[in-house]
Amino acid sequence: MSAPPALVIAGPGTNRDKDLSLALALAGADPTIVLATELAEHPHLLREARLVGIAGGFSYGDSLGAGRMLALDLMVGLGDMLKEFVATGRPMIGICNGFQVLTRTKLLPGALGHNAHGRFECRWVVLDPQPASRCLWTKGIEHPIHCPIAHGEGRYVHPDPDLLAEAGQVALRYRSTNPNGSVADIAGVCNASGNVLGLMPHPENFVVGRQHPHHLRGRELDNLGLRLFQNGVEAAAEM
Amino acid sequence: MAPRHRLTIRTIDADPRAAAISTAAHQLGIPLDSPDDVAVADLIFIEGDLDQAAMTKLHGFLVDPLLQKGSWNTPATLGTEVTFLPGVTDNAAATLLHAADQLGLAVTGAATGRRVEFGDHVDADHAEQLIERIVANPVIERWTAGHIEPTFHAAGKSTGNAETVPIAGRSLDELVQIGVVRKLALDPEELQVIQQHFGDIGRDPTDVELETLAQTWSEHCAHKTFRAHISTDDGEDRASLIGMLRNCTDAIDAPFVKSAFVGNAGIVGFHDDVTLALKAETHNHPSAVEPFGGANTGVGGVIRDVLGIAHRPVAITDILCFGPPDTPLTDVPHGALHPRRIREGVIDGVADYGNKIGLPTVAGGILYDPGYTTNPLVFAGCIGSARGWTLHDGPFPGDRVIVLGGRTGRDGIRGATFSSLTMDATTGQVAGASVQIGDPIVEKLLIDVLVGAEDLYTAITDCGAGGLSSAVGEMAEGVGADVELDQVPLKYPGLEPWEVWLSEAQERMVVAVDPSKLAELADRCAYYGVELADLGQFTGDEVLTVRSGGTPVLELSTGFLHDGRPQRRMTATMPQPIRGTYVSRSIDDPGLALLRLLSHRNIASKASTIHRYDHEILGATAVRPLIGRLSDAPADGVVIADPTDTAGFAIGIGANPWWGLHDPEAMAYGAVDEAMRNVVAVGADPDQVALLDNFSWGDPRRESTLGELVAAVDGCCAAAMAYRAPFVSGKDSLNNEYTGSDGERHSVPPTLVITAIAHVPDADLLVTPELAQPGNALVLLGTTSREFAGSHLDLIYGEPDDLGCVPAPDPDAPVRYRHLHQAIQEGLVWSCHDLSEGGLAVALAEMCIAGRLGAEITELPHDDLVASLFSESQSRLIVEVSQSDLARFRDVMHGSIQVIGSVTQDDVLVLPGVRTIDVEDLADAFNREVVPPAPTPDETSSATTGDQDVSDEPDQESDRR
Repeated sequence: MSAPPALVIAGPGTNRDKDLSLALALAGADPTIVLATELAEHPHLLREARLVGIAGGFSYGDSLGAGRMLALDLMVGLGDMLKEFVATGRPMIGICNGFQVLTRTKLLPGALGHNAHGRFECRWVVLDPQPASRCLWTKGIEHPIHCPIAHGEGRYVHPDPDLLAEAGQVALRYRSTNPNGSVADIAGVCNASGNVLGLMPHPENFVVGRQHPHHLRGRELDNLGLRLFQNGVEAAAEM
Repeated sequence: MAPRHRLTIRTIDADPRAAAISTAAHQLGIPLDSPDDVAVADLIFIEGDLDQAAMTKLHGFLVDPLLQKGSWNTPATLGTEVTFLPGVTDNAAATLLHAADQLGLAVTGAATGRRVEFGDHVDADHAEQLIERIVANPVIERWTAGHIEPTFHAAGKSTGNAETVPIAGRSLDELVQIGVVRKLALDPEELQVIQQHFGDIGRDPTDVELETLAQTWSEHCAHKTFRAHISTDDGEDRASLIGMLRNCTDAIDAPFVKSAFVGNAGIVGFHDDVTLALKAETHNHPSAVEPFGGANTGVGGVIRDVLGIAHRPVAITDILCFGPPDTPLTDVPHGALHPRRIREGVIDGVADYGNKIGLPTVAGGILYDPGYTTNPLVFAGCIGSARGWTLHDGPFPGDRVIVLGGRTGRDGIRGATFSSLTMDATTGQVAGASVQIGDPIVEKLLIDVLVGAEDLYTAITDCGAGGLSSAVGEMAEGVGADVELDQVPLKYPGLEPWEVWLSEAQERMVVAVDPSKLAELADRCAYYGVELADLGQFTGDEVLTVRSGGTPVLELSTGFLHDGRPQRRMTATMPQPIRGTYVSRSIDDPGLALLRLLSHRNIASKASTIHRYDHEILGATAVRPLIGRLSDAPADGVVIADPTDTAGFAIGIGANPWWGLHDPEAMAYGAVDEAMRNVVAVGADPDQVALLDNFSWGDPRRESTLGELVAAVDGCCAAAMAYRAPFVSGKDSLNNEYTGSDGERHSVPPTLVITAIAHVPDADLLVTPELAQPGNALVLLGTTSREFAGSHLDLIYGEPDDLGCVPAPDPDAPVRYRHLHQAIQEGLVWSCHDLSEGGLAVALAEMCIAGRLGAEITELPHDDLVASLFSESQSRLIVEVSQSDLARFRDVMHGSIQVIGSVTQDDVLVLPGVRTIDVEDLADAFNREVVPPAPTPDETSSATTGDQDVSDEPDQESDRR
């Protein structure tokens, strides 16, 4: 089976595009990093892609609110195509700034506000994949996922988190201390069909064992963030 | 003029900025009792013909109904509104214009600001104080009670001409006066040489020429003191300090040094065809005046240094020195910022730049001393990586002079000369224009353009101090260039030629480009959205010509510009340190001393700062600044290793200004030794280490201050030779003094920061201070003596009259480190920690905290209990070794080890003659100032276990091998 083509979408100030690209490659995809503006000029890239990732960073320096401007760039240039991409069930993931972009585009529910304590924060967290979730990215993952967060605007807000959970759209919750004041400890949500995942933490930064803070004890490989990407790439390969 | 609209946006949940103001107000002694005492809102100003539909559209874009409320009505309540001064870059406004374009709205201008509202019982005086001290920055912002009118379009008109400055025939006094008025910061002899030069060519200089010479010859750019001929009172003249450091590097002749003391950064190559570019800079004066902007652009500048030698930046370091955050307001001189505000601003500035540009900020330190109250120190370093690097050997005649990146404004003018002057109460005002404003996103795009474009240019340098004058001037050395200032893209009109030429506007690089490659570079820039401007060409006539509207405003031979400066001659009085006098200390309760040391600001956890930096991005951080079972203990060195690579590099830092107060030479040696210990302890090869030196000192024209500097350079050289670790780059920042309102000059303690970058041959064979296995032996390496001068024990209990000596160099250390490295490579070492501030007791405590295991010490290294526990003798490490490997370890170390005790399961630290202390009490003392890792979950959060870190699994036996 050949590696499914994947796009990593970046904007001016996106900075975890290479990290995401490496994660997708290690999971078996064939990733290409593309700027949103370039994608708008070459929409065939999106048609050919089997998986889309929107990488983390500070697109437009977070001015006017994280992800807002990049979301507008994408919706003005590619809105209908992105909706079609999602409607066909192909996997899409937005991490950190990418998650912020996906909520601004309304491809995912809810919104992300400033961390409750008002600071940018970087630390490792533990995520519980929710067994009741419809999300294809977290399906079948039994062990908690370990990975770092690195954000200032990651407080997930939703008017009815219980309803969201009942709909199977809460994909990941913080098992470790809720780092940002997210409602109901929600770290990641998916769309109603389960193919689009948005999350604040960075599973793309735990794809090889050495990246774990406790790798010297050599017992964290069950908790690789890579598992998420393997699920996504597997689904992409079946499309 | 099109109609103007204003949108006020408030958050629905509590705005964390309001809480921050409230906290800071408390610290200033202006308590705001109720949470409603302060509110913050964002302001958006739009100029354009907008109908209702357009305004709804904009509202929809700018206001997220789940998070915010927005109103087009002007608030009726009282409030103070803050906006940028005319000409200051407003990134949000630029984004807004882009958004309006995407939305198809006819917006002709945009500006942003914020609004702060205080409760009724905050009186106007207090409100004004809070705005000035906490909320706004007068250097870049203005504010008004009520409604502010922003500047949409900065206006201005330039004459376009240079002014001729008559100096011919002027007396020396008159020349000095011209220098003072123009803030040239030139020596009288230098002014005379300039007068002579222009006399020879038969005309007076223009203001552009004079300012260019002042920048190029400034202490900041020319390092006059480090290049001076120094006569010392010990009769040993030094050719120059920089020459001494260079001679060491030449003498060591390490094969891994590819380039040292040339260009923007040092280059080393430890393995394969990978090279690393190493650079550390200071940004002290700007950070004193505008802490956020100063630190922000300090980081931006050092990243450009690495980019300016064709390497991809991969990691950032920062060492920060502040006055005590609890300094009473009355002790802060008029015109200076409170150290707490400086600290907050600096840390925010470092975090903002590093986080946004997408580089891990991994290594560093924070030191507190009253000597830094008005003169904080900000050391920022950057490491870059490249494959198959070769030195660009241009520019060649005919190459184009190309400037890339940000636009040029009036920001940062005369920064180089500003840094070379002593500060006083008026510095904040007069230096307004010298404050630089950073834009990490623009620099990120510069990295995107330049990494991978190495074959499109023949030479590259960054625009730092002195701006284009320095960048183009340096590149033109020995070649010549002819450039037109009208081609420089400006942020706003109205800049005079000298301002364009001298501006230190950030995020600009200058490259020399063969005309045949220009189109390809331009395409690359267009793809990433980076502005490119063609200023002219490199000529080959060895003359630097600068034009405005075609008319020359500067014509200088590059020979005079770069080599015309007379060598400074200086006199130094060497310090007379106490050596070889061993004096102990007596303390009643060594257990309490240990806890007090652990909670001393310099030693205690820096977690609150570390967690504000993204140290994970790029996925290459293999040993983090915080380590251990709960990730709350300090690492020695940090290790960066690409996730797909087998090797990596370690970064270690050494600094101890308190030793420097007593013995600058021993201090310098000790700083090198500490940096070496830090990299060796983590698994790096001691025979493949390169060093960076960063000196921040007082005014070197004072002979005793210069003597301390000379002694410190002596110490650096001795240590470099002993460890065969060459210096490859360095920077000095002198004149770190402040003239207080009392008329007294306050100098920083002599502060030398040594950064060691070392090869880690196997990135999967790393060691940290985390105790791993109960039963293992704890082994002390090195010799302990009663060396307490400058110790942290003295910082806590005060210095006795009979100080004794600062810790002396240990000639056996280089061999010891080599043997330890072998032991690590053989897998004999379970954990390892160096002994530094606070000595053996603090090091053991930190290892216990890291492993959340106990230690029982049965043997002490010295008959004197206090010396055993707290002396800071150099070159010592504690190593954890399994009992079965002890014999082998002893062999590898050639017998020179002392088994002092063992790791225990008991969660207590047992030291002879000291009451037993719980590991949790040690951790609490160490974590005294740490902000809780997360907010208390509110009632909407479901109850979870609330572990603080990733160690959620049940405890398992350690099986790390």
